[in-house]
Amino acid sequence: MTDLRQGASGAVLAASLAARPEVGGEGYWQIAWRRFKKHRVAIVGASVILLFMATAVFAPFLTRYEFDQIDLYRRKAVPSFSHPLGTDELGHDVFTRLLYAGRISLTVGFTAALTAAVLGTLVGGISGFYGRWLDNVLMRVTDVMFSIPALPVLIVLARYMGGSVLGIVLVLSVFAWMGTARLVRGDMLRLRTQDFADAARALGASDARILFRHLVPNALAPVLVAGTLTVGGAILSEAGLSFLGIGIQPPTPSWGNMLQNAQDFIWTTPWLAVWPGAMIFLTVLSFNFLGDGLRDALDPRLKV
Amino acid sequence: MSAGPANDILLDVRKLVKYFPITKGFIVQRQVGAVKAVDGVSFAIRRGETLGLVGESGSGKTTTGRVILRLMEPTSGEVFFEGRNLFKITKEELRKLRRDMQIIFQDPYSSLNPRMTVGDIIGEPLEIHNLARGKEKVRRVQELLEVVGLSPHHTNRYPHEFSGGQRQRIGIARALAVNPKLIICDEPVSALDVSIQAQVLNLLEELQKEFGLTYLFIAHDLSVVKHISDRIAVMYLGKIVEIATADELFSNPQHPYTEALLSAVPIPHPGFRRDRIILPGDVPSPVNPPSGCRFHTRCLYARESCSINEQDLVDYWGNGHTVACEVQPFRQQRSKAAVLKQPTA
Repeated sequence: MTDLRQGASGAVLAASLAARPEVGGEGYWQIAWRRFKKHRVAIVGASVILLFMATAVFAPFLTRYEFDQIDLYRRKAVPSFSHPLGTDELGHDVFTRLLYAGRISLTVGFTAALTAAVLGTLVGGISGFYGRWLDNVLMRVTDVMFSIPALPVLIVLARYMGGSVLGIVLVLSVFAWMGTARLVRGDMLRLRTQDFADAARALGASDARILFRHLVPNALAPVLVAGTLTVGGAILSEAGLSFLGIGIQPPTPSWGNMLQNAQDFIWTTPWLAVWPGAMIFLTVLSFNFLGDGLRDALDPRLKV
Repeated sequence: MSAGPANDILLDVRKLVKYFPITKGFIVQRQVGAVKAVDGVSFAIRRGETLGLVGESGSGKTTTGRVILRLMEPTSGEVFFEGRNLFKITKEELRKLRRDMQIIFQDPYSSLNPRMTVGDIIGEPLEIHNLARGKEKVRRVQELLEVVGLSPHHTNRYPHEFSGGQRQRIGIARALAVNPKLIICDEPVSALDVSIQAQVLNLLEELQKEFGLTYLFIAHDLSVVKHISDRIAVMYLGKIVEIATADELFSNPQHPYTEALLSAVPIPHPGFRRDRIILPGDVPSPVNPPSGCRFHTRCLYARESCSINEQDLVDYWGNGHTVACEVQPFRQQRSKAAVLKQPTA
């Protein structure tokens, strides 16, 4: 009896081994994803962001109006079936403008954060990797950038480069990369002394290969968290600049210039301010939740 | 090239020096001193030989290994590999030569990139030196995994899924991928459990036989070094104090420091005991090492002249057993303290 049973279990074991001959491992990002999925607030944040992105991308399919379509007979209309969120003082459909404004605001947020993250990673990576005088120079530049009061400079720069989406993105990223640079530099100082960096060098790997193949991938987690929070910050900054009238210029809608537009009518048609305000609020909040979830999921104590 | 050594010598290290500058200052840095990690080290390794390099922490063993591979820039000195001066060749020549010299690290955790799969880690040297691509690369990686005693199915796994011993095997496979002639083993078993140590040591020995490898084996564990080395060099405070064959060094240590070191090796037998030589004091700082013989501050036999005369390795007996001491080799009655009271066969 016993022999039989052992024989049977042996056969089962052999069969199960044969069934999965190729063993695939779970990498760092897979583990992080598994942990991230358990963070409910972050999932809500990510869902809201994805929803807003989808409505921005598919805006033409979600509304019957053009964003610059004027209906002078229906100005400042209250929400109704044909205009679910009402119209503004020129008879623009607010819902339509909100969708198209999402395109601009999210694009500005994402590209500014991405540019800042890439710039910060490059500066921090090179600074920490090469060290010595180069590190000194780059970090002093970073200090200087940190000490410049951003708003007045942003206003001046936006005056000359603003109005266009590209101009605003450039202006915002110029003042957003320093935090990332410091983060990455700190990680580089730690990582470059790790044996795997020496191993790569001993194998004849070039500096670029060691930096971008071995060190930077190990420093990306905090960059991702910082970058996510920067998206929210950039959307806020864009809204601020547009509110001051030096950001995205109408008729191109952004949540910021919709707010600015609404301030004249705040007592008569308050919904003109409420909708873009709510969108900015929800988006920035969602990015903060997402960043929070990523921070937990990418915990450096997660040793892999 | 004419300065190159005899042909059976693979690696010839001459008067190697590595100082780490100590700097002060915020923007303008000035040097206020130097840690003399390696201070005039010379030795040679023959093809197929294993040279053990022992010494306590901070003696400069690891730095010596890293400077030889030019993972750190030397302060001065020369290293000849197959007759070519490693400190005089161009970057491109060095990059090509790196195929011939590899390193195995002490810490199996920090030596493997946690973001890369085992296949990528072992495949990287093949990529860098254009040795294999695509399917051929995969096949070669699996072959290397088998050579070091791991399953070829493990290519898609990540380092964190392996134990310390297994990780060390992955590191060995990576070093072997380029078919090196010399491997610098930087305390390759110090971080492992004793039971795993033996496995990895045996693997290293098998690989040496199979691929005709030459090892510079850095360690602080004398019993490990004795097991694997043909010859042993003993380091103290950045200098080599004695070089001899493993048997000769253990049976007939000449330098007082070697003697003390050997007396600290435990005997794995409850019946045997030996008299420990307890050295007075601590290892002096390498920032400001003692004058003359660096060991004189702790030496049991030190004379006045020891604090004045610098000692070079001298082959007093003409048998290749060199020692940097002018006192001990001439003592009529040698102290038997380090020798076993009852020799084990």
